[in-house]
Amino acid sequence: MRSFRFDPEEILETVKMVQMENLDIRTITMGISLRDCAHPSLQSAALRAYDKICRCAGSLVAVGDSLEREYGIPIINRRIAVTPIALVAESSDAGDYVLMAQQLERAAGEVGVNFIGGFSALVHKGMTRGDRVLIGSIAEALATTERVCASVNVASTRAGINMDAVNAMGAVIRDCAQRTRERDGLACAKLVIFCNAVEDNPFMAGAFHGIGEPECVINVGVSGPGAVLSAVRRAPDADLGELASIIKRTAFKITRMGELIGRRASERLGVPFGIVDLSLAPTPVQGDSVAHILEAMGLERVGTHGSTAALAMLNDAVKKGGAMASSHVGGLSGAFIPVSEDIGMIEAVAAGALSLDKLEAMTSVCSVGLDMIALPGDTPVETLAAIIADEAAIGMINRKTTAVRIIPAPGKAVGEWVEFGGLLGRAPVMAVNAHSAERFVRRAGRIPAPLQALNN
Amino acid sequence: MPESSNRIIVTVVGQDRTGIIAETSRVLADANVNIIDISQTLLGEFFVMILIADLAHASVALEELKSRLAAKAAELGMKIDAQHEDVFKFMHRV
Repeated sequence: MRSFRFDPEEILETVKMVQMENLDIRTITMGISLRDCAHPSLQSAALRAYDKICRCAGSLVAVGDSLEREYGIPIINRRIAVTPIALVAESSDAGDYVLMAQQLERAAGEVGVNFIGGFSALVHKGMTRGDRVLIGSIAEALATTERVCASVNVASTRAGINMDAVNAMGAVIRDCAQRTRERDGLACAKLVIFCNAVEDNPFMAGAFHGIGEPECVINVGVSGPGAVLSAVRRAPDADLGELASIIKRTAFKITRMGELIGRRASERLGVPFGIVDLSLAPTPVQGDSVAHILEAMGLERVGTHGSTAALAMLNDAVKKGGAMASSHVGGLSGAFIPVSEDIGMIEAVAAGALSLDKLEAMTSVCSVGLDMIALPGDTPVETLAAIIADEAAIGMINRKTTAVRIIPAPGKAVGEWVEFGGLLGRAPVMAVNAHSAERFVRRAGRIPAPLQALNN
Repeated sequence: MPESSNRIIVTVVGQDRTGIIAETSRVLADANVNIIDISQTLLGEFFVMILIADLAHASVALEELKSRLAAKAAELGMKIDAQHEDVFKFMHRV
């Protein structure tokens, strides 16, 4: 046995993580710059974009499939992120960019990816004409396509919060919901509103190919709540310091798989390897829940007192373990706490343990924000805008990415359910505060950037 | 990091019975796959065999080998997996 170059226990651990604990690579996302596709005719720009995506990503799916087979690690999604379309399309004088979304949809179908992100605009300080046109096109673009995802960055730590954009996005969310009312407002699940958006996020719906990125790049998003959950469950009596170490070690192993797959994908596609995003991304499958990790740490139900502290520790331990495992960590990197995509979160809301307010508090210490939360269909647009503003403020002050992906489900009230199916899951409609923020958000203008010193 | 070796790690897990090693290695030999190292242990009530093999002169691709092993696994009532060795190297070492 001594001559054996591998420790049998390590081998079995790997096999167990893959077979029993849902360890997988959540996504291989190819970022593609479309900056060179700009053209005075939107039609030409859209066709150029279509051609370039097909050219760059033609073998993305096949390479993903072959890596999955050889290494025996499931790779759940292959996706594409492109340059924010507002930047590409605004050379034209078109009054809407839906045509662009249609060509992105066609390209995604052609190369076989399930989502393509980047129907986006960056407006944290102000809007150009192209940004306005893009924002005005989002609802129709998302309602008439399946695979296109949109995102808008409305705030940053350096620029403050653009409340004009926040107000606009409140209305866009409502419009998205209305246009897909027969599907519980599904279009809203493909729209993310960011503060401090990152340029190399491989996860949908918020992925786009940032302007500081190369021509084409491969980013990998790892997952693995199941593996962390099992590790935490095996240590019921560990103190919190020990528990943090256990989580770190597990995160390390999960991230190594992302690093391996990312490097190999990059070699085979002949495209530079960007980053590993070491996020715990839950799915609605049993055993793949971030909420259940927090409960295994000792909370009766996620959402109770202590949830923020537990999540803060989990998030930090995941980053510390993962950062050692990869030469380039990036993206969102942390724990995701979506409601509809996490069976433990769904249970907690249904049990009355988890409120929107507590979720908001938890987003101040986790990687993203208010994610996949169903709200009453009659929530006023000003309230939607105020929710976005609150979340952006958390990101702005804490120098982190925050995001809002909420669904005011048409015709639904608190306690009713929305059903999206698949990875998007299902969720109970959660209550919003009934008191108005209208006068505040309608003041519009910009919330100034915060001080970067005097941090208390 | 260079695209590394052609080595794979085959894991066989299940109830102990006679002929597991013989049957598994016959599948590999038929595909001209060389066995470099082999170890077996008991994990609770389960028999676990771990086998390192070299595909350098293999007559079939890994995919075909995996499906042959899967067929054998079904016949033996065991679970047999074959993965590129990099998975194991990578997961536990920097």
